[in-house]
Amino acid sequence: MIDFPLARLQPLPAAVYAALGLKSGGSPSPRSAALLQRALELFRENSEPRGICEPVAAGEFAGIYAGRGQNAPDTPLTGIFQRAASLHLFAFTLGARISHAIGLLFEHDDFALGAVLDAVASVGADNAGRIAAEWAERQVAAENSAAADRAFLYSPGYCGWHISGQEKLFASLRPERIGISLNTSFLMNPLKSISGVLVTGTAAIHRFSTVYPFCDQCKSPACRERATARPA
Amino acid sequence: MKILKQIAQCLETGDDAAVPPLVSQALAEGLVPKTILDEGLIAGMNTVGERFRIHEIFLPDVLMAARAMYAGMDILKPLLIRSGISSRGRVVIGSVQGDLHDIGKNLVGIMLKGAGFEVIDLGNDVGAEKFVAAAKDHGALAIGMSALLTTTMPVMKEVVDRLKAEKLSDRIKTIIGGAPVSKGYADEIGADAYGYDCAQAVAGVKKLAEAVG
Ligand code: B1M
Repeated sequence: MIDFPLARLQPLPAAVYAALGLKSGGSPSPRSAALLQRALELFRENSEPRGICEPVAAGEFAGIYAGRGQNAPDTPLTGIFQRAASLHLFAFTLGARISHAIGLLFEHDDFALGAVLDAVASVGADNAGRIAAEWAERQVAAENSAAADRAFLYSPGYCGWHISGQEKLFASLRPERIGISLNTSFLMNPLKSISGVLVTGTAAIHRFSTVYPFCDQCKSPACRERATARPA
Repeated sequence: MKILKQIAQCLETGDDAAVPPLVSQALAEGLVPKTILDEGLIAGMNTVGERFRIHEIFLPDVLMAARAMYAGMDILKPLLIRSGISSRGRVVIGSVQGDLHDIGKNLVGIMLKGAGFEVIDLGNDVGAEKFVAAAKDHGALAIGMSALLTTTMPVMKEVVDRLKAEKLSDRIKTIIGGAPVSKGYADEIGADAYGYDCAQAVAGVKKLAEAVG
C-alpha cells in the first residue's frame, strides 16, 4: 500500500504560481502570496488522499492499453511498456471534499481563494503520480539492488493513449474501491483524481522523440521531462 | 470625478471592503448608477483586464478585483434595474454535457460580468438542448461553452448545428473554449468565436455583441 502524506502531496509555491499562469521570473503580489498560504491550509484540511496500485503483466496490459481501439496509430508507450521491468496500474484521488470546498468559495464570491485552492489541489493530485513512481522504483530496487530504474506514470488522455482507455483500466483496477467513479465521457469523479500505468525500467526506455502528431498540441511539460530522461 | 477615480483604484487593488462605501458616497453625491458603473467599476475592471493581458498582474489579482466589482454591483444592480438600464447583453454559459469541471467556465463568467455582461450560468454537464432553450428564454446574444476533455467537445458542435437548424444563428452567437479546444476546432464546427483564456473570451463576446447589434 502506498502512503500519500499530505506534507509530500502539498505543492511548492512555484508550482502553484506556474499553474495559475504566473510567468517564470514574475513575482506574485503580497496579497496573492497570502492567499496561497490560506489555500495550503485549506488543502491540508480538506484533502482525503487515497490511492491504489496493482501489478499487471505486460501481456494483460497490452489488452488494457488497446482500449476501444481509439489510440493514435503510433504512440510512445507501445514501445516503452514492453521493455519495462515492472508495470503497475494506478489510481489516486484527493477526494470529493476539496472540490466541494472550491465550489463553496466560488459560491461566496471568494474567486481568488477558490482559484488558488483549485490550482493547489490540481498540483497536489499530480504530485501523487510522482510519489507513486518513487514507490514503484523502490519495489524494483528491493528485488534487485543493482537496478537504478526510473518509473513514470503514463495516463489515458496523454501521449496518444485515448481517454476512452480509462474504461479498461477501471475494469481491471476497480478504483471504485477508493471512491473514484467514471462517467460516460471517461471523466473521473471526484475531479481531483489521476490514473494510469506506472512503468518502471531503465531511464533509456522512457526516452522518446517528441515528433508524434499529438506532441504539437500537448501542453504537458511532464512529457518533455520523460523524453529527456537521462540514461541510468 | 474624484470619487469615480477612487472607485476604479480600489477595484484595481482588489479592495472589496472599500468599494461599497465609495459607491454609496458617489450616489449620495448625485451621480447616476450608470455613470458609477461605467466610469468607476467597469473602468477599473478594464484597467485590470489590460494589466492581466500584458502579464503585469496575474490571475488572483484579477479575481480579487472582480470580487470588489461584485461588492459594488450589489448596490448598483437594483437601482440599474429600477431605472430600466440593461446590461451590455446576456450570455448563457456552461460546461458541456459529460464535463464536471467548472473552474475555467467560472473564470470566464466572472470576467464577462466584470465587463458588464449579464451571465446566465447553467453549471456543468449541460446538453445542447438546454443551452439553446436557455439562450432563447433569456434572449441571450451568445452561448459560451467550455470543455475539459476531447470526448465532450462534440456537444459544442451539436449546439452550433441546433442553432442553425432553428435558424437562430444570426441572433444567438457561439463562443467556445477549454483546455483541448482550439481555434481550428471552432472554425471546423462553425462556432462564431474561440477564447484561449478568459481575457480572450471577453474580447470575443464583445465582438459578438457588436455583430449582433
Ligand atoms: C465560452 O468561451 C470560453 C472561452 C475560454 C474558456 C472557456 C470558455 N472555458 C475555458 N476557457 C479558457 O479560459 C480559462 C481561464 O483562462 C481556461 O480554462 P481551463 O479550464 O482550461 O483552465 C483552468 C482555469 C486551469 N486549468 C486546468 O485546470 C487544467 C490544466 C491541465 C494541466 C490539467 C490539470 C490541472 C489536471 N488534470 Co488533466 N489537466 C489538463 C490540463 C492541460 C492544460 N494545460 O490545460 C487536461 C485537461 N487533463 C487531461 C487529462 C487526460 C487528465 N487530467 C486529469 C487530472 C488532472 C488533475 C487532477 C491533475 C488536474 C486537475 C483537473 C481539474 N480540472 O480540476 C485526469 C482526468 C481527471 C478526471 N477527474 O477525470 C486525466 C484524464 C489524466 C488521467 N488519466 O489521470 C487532458 C485532456 C485531454 C483529452 N484527451 O481530453 C489535458 C488537456 C492535459 C493534456 N493531455 O494535455 C481556458 O481553457
